[in-house]
Amino acid sequence: MTLDILYFAWLRERIGLPRETITTEAVTVADLVDELRLREERYALAFSDLSAVRVALDQDLAEFDAPLAGVREVAFFPPMTGG
Amino acid sequence: MDIRVQEAPFDYGAESARFTDARADIGAVVTFCGIVRNDGGALQAMEIEHYPGMTERALTQIAEEAARRWSLAGCLIIHRYGRMEPGEKIMMVATAARHRADAFAAADFLMDYLKSRAPFWKKEFSGEGAEWVAAKDADEAALGRWG
Repeated sequence: MTLDILYFAWLRERIGLPRETITTEAVTVADLVDELRLREERYALAFSDLSAVRVALDQDLAEFDAPLAGVREVAFFPPMTGG
Repeated sequence: MDIRVQEAPFDYGAESARFTDARADIGAVVTFCGIVRNDGGALQAMEIEHYPGMTERALTQIAEEAARRWSLAGCLIIHRYGRMEPGEKIMMVATAARHRADAFAAADFLMDYLKSRAPFWKKEFSGEGAEWVAAKDADEAALGRWG
């Protein structure tokens, strides 16, 4: 499966890029995070505390145990601070 | 329902007037404006990042939910992104209804939800550097008020 992965705010800064396209067999968001953590230190650092990370699947907020089947775009970002 | 996500400044007075004028069907309008606050005097600028596409989608969903909960005759949300200086207007919401209770409650609801459910992130710049604004537990807790 091919996924577009987007990073925002300090996740974007720590990982060093706003988006990338990856091929993965991850079943859930949590599997994908585990896979990313193993890639490089900067990913491991960015995802070291998941309580500070939110995820959206195809632009809808989701949980880390959500399945990735049928998903095209995954976004990771910190808790939102609008208003 | 009018939802705008933009980098450019907006004219709060003109937008409020346009939202209100020539409406004989409504009895109440509530407007709210968020401004870049310079608490200790050290803030030089604020930068707001957002998630194009999801931002508009999330704001629309929040406004639709408000319209389901209250009897609204109109709803306006304008939210800026990019770099802003202290005193600049960040965003506004306006709600119109036949009676004030609906307009007040809907505006309150919109603000609570767009603070922690619309994908915006604030970064503050001061002489000491730049720092991402941390989400407040109180903002998340505020959502509990709405069931």
